[in-house]
Amino acid sequence: MASRLMALWQWVDARMPSLAQEYRKHLTEYYAPKNFNFWYYFGSLAMLVLVIQIVSGIFLTMNYKPDAALAFGSVEFIMRDVPGGWIIRYVHSTGASMFFLVVYLHMFRALLYGSYRQPRELLWIFGVLIYLCLMGEAFFGYLLPWGQMSFWGAQVIVNLFDSIPFIGPDVALWLRGDYVVSDATLNRFFAFHVIAIPLALLGLVVVHLLALHDVGSNNPDGIEIKKKKDASGKPLDGIPFHPYYTVKDIVGVVVFLAVFCLVMFFVPNMGGYFLEANNFIPADALKTPAHIAPLWYFTPYYSMLRSVPPLFLSQFPGVLVMGMAVLILFFLPWLDRSPVKSIRYRGGLYKTALGIFVIVFLILGYLGTVPTNIWGQFGPWLGEADRGTVVARICTTLYFLFFILMPWYTRIDKTKPVPERVTM
Amino acid sequence: MSDQKQPDKTRRTLVVATSVVGGAATVGAAVPFVASMLPSERAKAAGAPVEIDISKLAPGELGIFEWRGKPVWVMKRTKQMLEDIKKDDSLVADPNSDVPHQPDYARNEYRSIKPELMVLVGVCTHLGCSPQKKSAEDKGEMGEAWNGGFYCPCHGSKFDYAGRVYKGVPAPTNLVVPPYEFLSDSTLIIGKDTKGA
Repeated sequence: MASRLMALWQWVDARMPSLAQEYRKHLTEYYAPKNFNFWYYFGSLAMLVLVIQIVSGIFLTMNYKPDAALAFGSVEFIMRDVPGGWIIRYVHSTGASMFFLVVYLHMFRALLYGSYRQPRELLWIFGVLIYLCLMGEAFFGYLLPWGQMSFWGAQVIVNLFDSIPFIGPDVALWLRGDYVVSDATLNRFFAFHVIAIPLALLGLVVVHLLALHDVGSNNPDGIEIKKKKDASGKPLDGIPFHPYYTVKDIVGVVVFLAVFCLVMFFVPNMGGYFLEANNFIPADALKTPAHIAPLWYFTPYYSMLRSVPPLFLSQFPGVLVMGMAVLILFFLPWLDRSPVKSIRYRGGLYKTALGIFVIVFLILGYLGTVPTNIWGQFGPWLGEADRGTVVARICTTLYFLFFILMPWYTRIDKTKPVPERVTM
Repeated sequence: MSDQKQPDKTRRTLVVATSVVGGAATVGAAVPFVASMLPSERAKAAGAPVEIDISKLAPGELGIFEWRGKPVWVMKRTKQMLEDIKKDDSLVADPNSDVPHQPDYARNEYRSIKPELMVLVGVCTHLGCSPQKKSAEDKGEMGEAWNGGFYCPCHGSKFDYAGRVYKGVPAPTNLVVPPYEFLSDSTLIIGKDTKGA
């Protein structure tokens, strides 16, 4: 039997040697730094969630109907009447939140260890593009259950384009395919969600990995392991990705799936953060729910959007601020002027800035989930302004200062000497 | 094969010409795909005026009617509400309705044909949510200066009972007054007027 298999393999290898070559290049002979820590789980976990979403999504489309009259009912049909339908849907909805959780942690890792720095700028750019695709994917997917939140969320986001000067109204009309969010909008969002964006996402994941394997992985010390090689040309501090990191990642996968299952079986709604109560009400074009908020992964940007007051009779500034908050990530590799990459060897200035950035992002995230008048109003001395709005404005400013002041504070920051070889 | 170091000029020209033609063809081929996402003929046709009966509407009660897929609000404002609108002049961004978000016949103090009858498109001018009525009693939630009006749950924009936008909120302009006219004392038609907007 074993010899038969061996013969079969040799038959394939003779006809397609690239199979074994690629296997070696990307797994058994891809040398990753030996000092990876906890933060290095999230890249492979993101790929796992992508697979989970694609598989569960395929099965959901077998029973879902992208029609304004039928969509809401078909989702309930999946939940109640399709054997195992509820579990597939909860896998998909939990997976969506988990995807963002994992990606946010993955991005934070890059901030910690300077993984976006030269020579990994392109790798970072592909990563931000993946993040943008993911936002699109989440947004288009959220319309499909055709609940109240689906409808009004889509209404708001499409109207973001409406506010672009001159071309805005035409762009919004073109995106919607109707003068209001309607059946035409639902049907095309379905097309984007199940085929257009996933294809782009898969392509980007491939180039993200190819770019990573060309330049090699960064590590918690932020030093290049390729600079110290042994006689055979292998990095001294590198270990083959397979079996060393595949085995390590399996441990992460087990823990991750345990958490995933806990959420999915016991708190699939996550108290309204993963699935919102108002989305269990069918879409009604005449009535906006009393409190509307996007899902948690969009709330930091949503807070920024609503904190910016209009200018010149246009709400475009708020839209611009929100868009810039995401797009500014592309410039990160060139904003950081520190001589070191990793936070381990950076000084207090960067550590403080990153700390403030994280806190500000979390506050904005929280404020985005609650009404602006949650903390009441200031007195007449501040024009009765909502406290929540004022805090959001301060946080938005700090968010941008993290990036805008980065060339300055990273250059003057006091850094520690970087070791020659990685530390464990 | 021609000289390896010097590319053949004729061939280079042909390659460029072919690429340009191919590029133009690609753009041309994209047109029907892009165009297919515009509103269909059916969607364009569905915009007829609607007739509404207001005889059953109690004073201060908000009636919501559908016109072109959007909510249209009709409300018989009470005397108190009309007085409150006057108090809001200093709080709103565009008290005189300078921005043409209403037909000329509704460009007045109360932004309506008859002072007591409010007719507005109930769509926030910020990002298109539908605001909610908050009466003058909701001061606890809306702040001391609140005289009643509409609050948008999406991004916190505020409007008074004439649909005028408050200062310092995300919405830039007043709510839109649709074209309308009275067919009788108790019947309105929305989306059509003989006077012209």
